[in-house]
Amino acid sequence: MGRFIVRRIGLALITLALLSVLVFIGTQLLPGDVGRRVLGPFATQESVDILNARLGTDRPLLVQYTDWIGGAVTGDLGDSITLARPVTELVGRALLNSAKLGALAFVIVVPLSILGGILAALRRGKLVDRIVTVGGLSATVIPEFVSGIILILVFAVTLGWLPGTASAPRGSGFLTQLRHLILPAMCLVLVLFGYIARITRAGVIEALEADYTRTAILKGLPRSIVIRREVLRNALLPTIAVVASQVGYLIGGLVIVETLFSYQGIGQLLVGAARNADFPLLAGGVLVVGAVFQVSMLLADLSYSWLNPRIRLGGSG
Amino acid sequence: MTTMTTTKPALEVKDLALEYRIGPDWKSAVRDINFTVERGQSFGLVGESGCGKSTIAMAIMHYLPRNGRISAGSIRVGGRDATELNSRELRNLRVNELSMVYQNPATSLNPSIRIGRQVEDVFELMGVPAAERGRRVQEVLDKVQIADPSRVARRYPHQLSGGMLQRVVIAMAIASRPALLILDEPTTGLDATVEAEVLDLVADLREEIGTSVLFISHNLAVIRKMCDRVAVLYAGRLMAEGPTEEMFTNPTHPYTVGLLRSLPSAETGRRDETTLDTIPGFLPALGADITGCVYAERCGNVEDICRQVEPELIPVPGDAVSRCHFPDRAQDLPRNVPEVAARRERSQETLLAISNTSKTFVQEGLPVYALHDIDLEIRVGETVALVGESGSGKSTLAKVLLGIHAPDDGAVITLSGKGLAAKVEKRTQGEIGAIQMVFQNPDSALNRRHSVRRIIGRAVRLLRPGGKKQIDDRTKNLLSEVRMGAQHYLSKPRQLSGGLKQRVAIARAFAGTPALVICDEPTSALDVSVQAAIINLLAELQAEENVSYLFISHDLNVVRYIADRVAVMYLGRLMEVGPAVRVFDGPHHPYTEALLSASPELEEDTRIRLEGEIPAASNPPSGCVFQTRCPRKIGEICETVEPPLEEAEPGWFKRCHIPVEELRALQHP
Repeated sequence: MGRFIVRRIGLALITLALLSVLVFIGTQLLPGDVGRRVLGPFATQESVDILNARLGTDRPLLVQYTDWIGGAVTGDLGDSITLARPVTELVGRALLNSAKLGALAFVIVVPLSILGGILAALRRGKLVDRIVTVGGLSATVIPEFVSGIILILVFAVTLGWLPGTASAPRGSGFLTQLRHLILPAMCLVLVLFGYIARITRAGVIEALEADYTRTAILKGLPRSIVIRREVLRNALLPTIAVVASQVGYLIGGLVIVETLFSYQGIGQLLVGAARNADFPLLAGGVLVVGAVFQVSMLLADLSYSWLNPRIRLGGSG
Repeated sequence: MTTMTTTKPALEVKDLALEYRIGPDWKSAVRDINFTVERGQSFGLVGESGCGKSTIAMAIMHYLPRNGRISAGSIRVGGRDATELNSRELRNLRVNELSMVYQNPATSLNPSIRIGRQVEDVFELMGVPAAERGRRVQEVLDKVQIADPSRVARRYPHQLSGGMLQRVVIAMAIASRPALLILDEPTTGLDATVEAEVLDLVADLREEIGTSVLFISHNLAVIRKMCDRVAVLYAGRLMAEGPTEEMFTNPTHPYTVGLLRSLPSAETGRRDETTLDTIPGFLPALGADITGCVYAERCGNVEDICRQVEPELIPVPGDAVSRCHFPDRAQDLPRNVPEVAARRERSQETLLAISNTSKTFVQEGLPVYALHDIDLEIRVGETVALVGESGSGKSTLAKVLLGIHAPDDGAVITLSGKGLAAKVEKRTQGEIGAIQMVFQNPDSALNRRHSVRRIIGRAVRLLRPGGKKQIDDRTKNLLSEVRMGAQHYLSKPRQLSGGLKQRVAIARAFAGTPALVICDEPTSALDVSVQAAIINLLAELQAEENVSYLFISHDLNVVRYIADRVAVMYLGRLMEVGPAVRVFDGPHHPYTEALLSASPELEEDTRIRLEGEIPAASNPPSGCVFQTRCPRKIGEICETVEPPLEEAEPGWFKRCHIPVEELRALQHP
């Protein structure tokens, strides 16, 4: 287990290093003359040179990269060109917002979808099963901008129950913030529900049909214990891994929802940075999102292997 | 422990009929089943796959799949009908009176719960106070001869071997001293040595706690050893029933006769002398509407009346019954042998020689010595059998020959005198075609999406490139050589029976006119009658093509029948190599002796028990690798010096410190 963790963390670090190189190439190298890209074709060469000198983009590439990555490790990702603020500060704030939204969605979707999946598996072929599987799949395939608009039209415009924007006025309390976040979170819930529910359902069915479940039933264990201890314990293993791997998506992939509900999250920040050719912000933001993704995958793997004695304890002994 | 009257039989099955729903229809799986297991009796249900054995077992446990139902008749356990019980009563029945041991111990235990906890459940359900349970768990694990119960109780299933897991399952099953214990193929898939131990254990426990046993198996030798009475099932019908010895020595049903004849045994003779009997044709489809006897299509004694009137179960001498119109003629069943035994030319010419071959894997940074210093040659047209318990390195050796694993440096492998590259990528097309393989499980070895013709056609095109016409002709030739008719050309593997699938796999191995075919347990997943047909086919092909076989098997009767020479492996080493007759007749290497004595045909008191389990290949014992379990160990030399594989008699090699004469004296006193 110890070896596994070390190897898994090593792998995550390598992935991050590769990502940093790719991000660097994508944001510093491919645009060619960074100063020219920022200032546009009509700026004078003189001002382009000044900007390049200020940004440090006139130095050799290797120096630029080591400088950037060295800063990244110590928590300094440079300054945003357009917003003239440290990238770390901007990204941090946006990330916190995204995390709030993601956490709310998570708190709703995880219990709901696992419960739905379990019910569907236990009532296989019955109405509940149909609703969960067909409903879940339909909700998953509807893009967020469609479901989001429908949600806004129904709950914000027509019924007026909930606000149609995600950002609460400055200084509002927890409950107000929560109210604002419900609709965008529902958007994400719709996307994830079908997926997690189906994985859960498949896991539960597999465990129900497993030989060891038969052994447990024929031993004379009551059904409730069989399901709780024999079935769920094994069935939820893959589910936990899937759920944890979605954390990355929930925090890093919210571009559409955040734009739709005009929410100051990391997705929107990155889109803005790309649109405004704000290369330091873009590079730093992508790197941070990548790191968040890696950490969530790592946690997924670790929680899975910790729960699975075959991995935790290794082979036969 | 029991609340019922003890005069009632342990199990009474009356006029039982079971059905499965397939699509919209209910199809009959078994019908008209009658048998009784008396208190303390051991009753065997025998039959080939698809005959309904396990369906009956699950019906008795009241655990039919969702699409199964009891459509007629009754099952009474200790006088009570399980279908009339409510769920609490049913649970009580399972807790106290009815237990089951399953075919696959590795999947029958929950992978994420410790062994001790899973055993403790049983005591908890029985109402044993919490304070006592720990002790009871130890006791019952001790009873199934688990050496270190408290250590084993803390383990998870994946940390134990198959034999150990089956002991745990048996411990759970006997914990409540049930009135009836159902054993469904409890040793299928276990090594012969482990099987022997598990069977001994069941027999001892039965004596000790007086449980009635319903023993389900396809293995006739196991049933014969374990059961007082036996019922033979075919296509969901009970064909014959009676006292075991009577059924085996004086069978009154042609199906029983056919099954017994298709088993190779010590008396059968070798393949040069005789061909194995087979049962022609196939099991009818589930729920097929058959007038007359269900076995008529495959019966050598068939008469007109058999196809018109289904026979009743009629009493025959010896307290038995037989569902046959002509029980007296059962033993006159004409032999079903395709041709006279194939004569083959013998050759002293070496086809394949491996020497100095070792294979070390690295697992989690530690070396695992899978093969050590293998020296073996296979002659042209010869069958060399490779035997040994699982984990002995048989399959690794096969993979080295095929070039899937490269051996360690220093290994020399030659084919017809020419050096052979270690990796298959470096071998020529001709060399690849020359060494081919037939796998144990044809299901996973054949591409499910392709037709039979396409599977074979592809192999021909790869191994013997040519024009489309040539490839087509060769494909058809191969399929007719393995006795597959044109009606199967377009079938997909899943539409074929296990025997037919194995024929396709054999045809594919022969696509490139191989010089050596490695057969890895080619018949162990097949029923006995099908096994006989496949073995006959392999023998015929060998006679026709003069091909050599490396035949990996744990079934020593099959090995005795088919092999010219036998190589015995243990922990990656060859322990004994020699002519088959010599290896079987002895004197044997002590390990071979133990393997041979594990046969269920032999009595328990002649058995040589191997203590403990095979040591880990990552940490082999010092000196002779077998010394930790060897019943003939002579002393310190065994622990310090590894004996070489020496030619003790011309053509017979052994890896043992004990001289031949002493072995002879020890083994034939």
